[in-house]
Amino acid sequence: MRHLLSIADLSADELVELLDLAESFDEIQHRSIPKVPALRGKTVVMAFFEDSTRTRTSFDLAARRLSADVVNFSVSSSSTKKGESLRDTVETIDAMGVQAIVVRHSSSGAPRQICEWTRASVVNAGDGWHQHPTQALLDCFTIRRRLGGLQGRHIAICGDINHSRVARSDVDAFVKLGARVTLVGPRTLLPDRWDDWGVDVSHDLDEVVSEVDVMYLLRIQQERLGDALFPSIREYRTRWGLTVDRARRLQPEALIMHPGPMNRGVEIDPEVADDGRSVVLDQVAAGVPIRMAVLYRLMGPGQFDDNRATVGDVELAPASGHEPDNKPLAQGVI
Amino acid sequence: MTTVAIMGATVVDEDGERAGPVVVDQSTKQVVELDPAQADRELDATGCILVPAFVDLHVHLRQPGNEAAETIETGSRAAALGGYSAVVAMPNTTPCMDSAAVVTEVLSWAESALCHIKPSAAITVGRDGHALSPMGELVELGVRMFTDDGTGVQDAQLMRRALEYAGSLAADDGAEIVLSQHCEVTALSQGGVMHEGAWSARLGLGGQPAEAEELMVMRDIALSRLTGQRVHVQHLSTAGSVEMVRRAKAEGHPVTAEATPHHFTLTDACCADYDTVFKVHPPLRTDSDVDAVRQGLADGTIDAIATDHAPHTQDSKERPFDAAPPGMLGLETAFALANTELDLPLAKLLELMSTRPAWIAGLGGRHGCPIRPGQPANLTVIDLDHAWTVDRGRLASLAVNTPFHGRKVKGRIRHTIYEGEPVVIDGKATR
Repeated sequence: MRHLLSIADLSADELVELLDLAESFDEIQHRSIPKVPALRGKTVVMAFFEDSTRTRTSFDLAARRLSADVVNFSVSSSSTKKGESLRDTVETIDAMGVQAIVVRHSSSGAPRQICEWTRASVVNAGDGWHQHPTQALLDCFTIRRRLGGLQGRHIAICGDINHSRVARSDVDAFVKLGARVTLVGPRTLLPDRWDDWGVDVSHDLDEVVSEVDVMYLLRIQQERLGDALFPSIREYRTRWGLTVDRARRLQPEALIMHPGPMNRGVEIDPEVADDGRSVVLDQVAAGVPIRMAVLYRLMGPGQFDDNRATVGDVELAPASGHEPDNKPLAQGVI
Repeated sequence: MTTVAIMGATVVDEDGERAGPVVVDQSTKQVVELDPAQADRELDATGCILVPAFVDLHVHLRQPGNEAAETIETGSRAAALGGYSAVVAMPNTTPCMDSAAVVTEVLSWAESALCHIKPSAAITVGRDGHALSPMGELVELGVRMFTDDGTGVQDAQLMRRALEYAGSLAADDGAEIVLSQHCEVTALSQGGVMHEGAWSARLGLGGQPAEAEELMVMRDIALSRLTGQRVHVQHLSTAGSVEMVRRAKAEGHPVTAEATPHHFTLTDACCADYDTVFKVHPPLRTDSDVDAVRQGLADGTIDAIATDHAPHTQDSKERPFDAAPPGMLGLETAFALANTELDLPLAKLLELMSTRPAWIAGLGGRHGCPIRPGQPANLTVIDLDHAWTVDRGRLASLAVNTPFHGRKVKGRIRHTIYEGEPVVIDGKATR
């Protein structure tokens, strides 16, 4: 794996491998010193062309727990949108000598373009409406932990699918891992086409809600109101919100998921957000080990070595704060 | 050097095929009856064809305003290397060609160009769709085509008035004034940066539905019927548009149409890696649209191949896909692509690239003429079998945004004669 741009680029086996690796890293989080020297000496640049506190913090923590140096390079999307060449910005970062660039951009495809202009590994931390692969991985991680796996599970994704990178990456990941996916929402919020996505579509949440193992809600962005995609927030909530009434019809073991931040009272009623079936905070927690796994796979020892030890063989030695910097690290030991 | 004998070529034009040689005279700018041995110079064209030079109804030369991307000089050199003797320059320059002052300036720069630069002018002031440009004054300066290209005239009433007004203007050369439309209903295409379909859905890019183009094609055909005026449909790109133009012609409406090489060779799948070189308006469509455009070219529905040559600096194309400007180069690759990709007889290709566009642009009698003594000497010598690979680093355009870089094609322009002067010899511009 050279870059992580889209879930579409990963096989089901590679997805499972990353989830397994994240399980190993999750254990580290519960240690008294939750840190290992796996990426010591490596530098990760957070190039966030669009604001994001949650994802940036999560990547930041993940990199630090692997002992990588983390640098923030904040650029406003508008500067590249208004004419500054994306290439100039990226080459500036590249020239500083970094091993990975974590990119968040408001334009679909920007991380893919950036790959052409850097030697570093590029991690897509969300691009436009396109993809948010680590979100999909952490969602799979959460579902797998709670339900044992995705195979044969029925997952409904409800909301603004068309403008959602979370939806696109989740669909790819859920379908690859064998889940049955139903997209729910009015036609105006569905993508132009979905015939090759391997999903079902419903315009009626009531028809779907009692059947699913996972009810995944997307954030409704208030600024979409101007685009005549639906008449009002009130009507949206009535027809496509997970209201208290609808949540009662969910199966007792069903999971309620949301990528955050939630609009309580719009796509999800406040009481439902705090329902025992809601795993929203589990999703957030899964973000760190998932991003550790991704950074490790891209930058860790043996990244280009086909004979590297399998995940199960990786020994998780604790980091020692007193190790001299020149002490060689055994290959595959983190 | 005043007379040149072109030796060894097979002459192909509307009169059919015959053996050369042909002699041209730079001082009279005509083909002349002269013993080749008496000519001042010989050009070898053995194994090649000699045809009327091409006419491009649709090029962006970027001068004035964006001379970093192209100038009239560099664009005309690219045109000459592509076998063209005349190009119609689009008016979306900065400032835009909507006044006598700007058009006059363009004409003055065009004097030293390597081909005939025929300026078109905006239908509306500032191309903003509100008020008619001074069309009568611009016609007096030689403008024969009006267009707001880059955007379509959204207001149906204004478009009707423009058609009727243009129809009342008489040009001194007898040519008809033509309104040429970029067919796109912007309310429907808004936010779209590629074709709306399976690829836009997957890539998370805003799509322009085919219907955004087709609605305006439909409207303009209706306006042509209403006013009796000729409408030219630019860069037609969808199967639906082709079908509507076909029906309009069958019903006898005075509608003409052009299609670009990229719309008969490339599809929206090219955008898969977000390479902005494939961003263009109208966008690359689907396989079935490509097939329909090819069929339209073959059966006469589409009158002309036009390049929509749209140079952009590398800087501007290195923005994110949704922020990069639309457009791609075309002049130096158009004939080779048509020759390689379209299964059409040579006579048909010449009609699509020379005689029909010359007539539509009001350049008939000056370009796209039969190769006979007394006729204008605007000629191209082509080596049809010459296989080559498109290399963006070897183009004469200032810009490098060709989507065909690395593509293998067949048919190379060897010499181009513009007004009796060899402006391209053996694939190299002479000035």
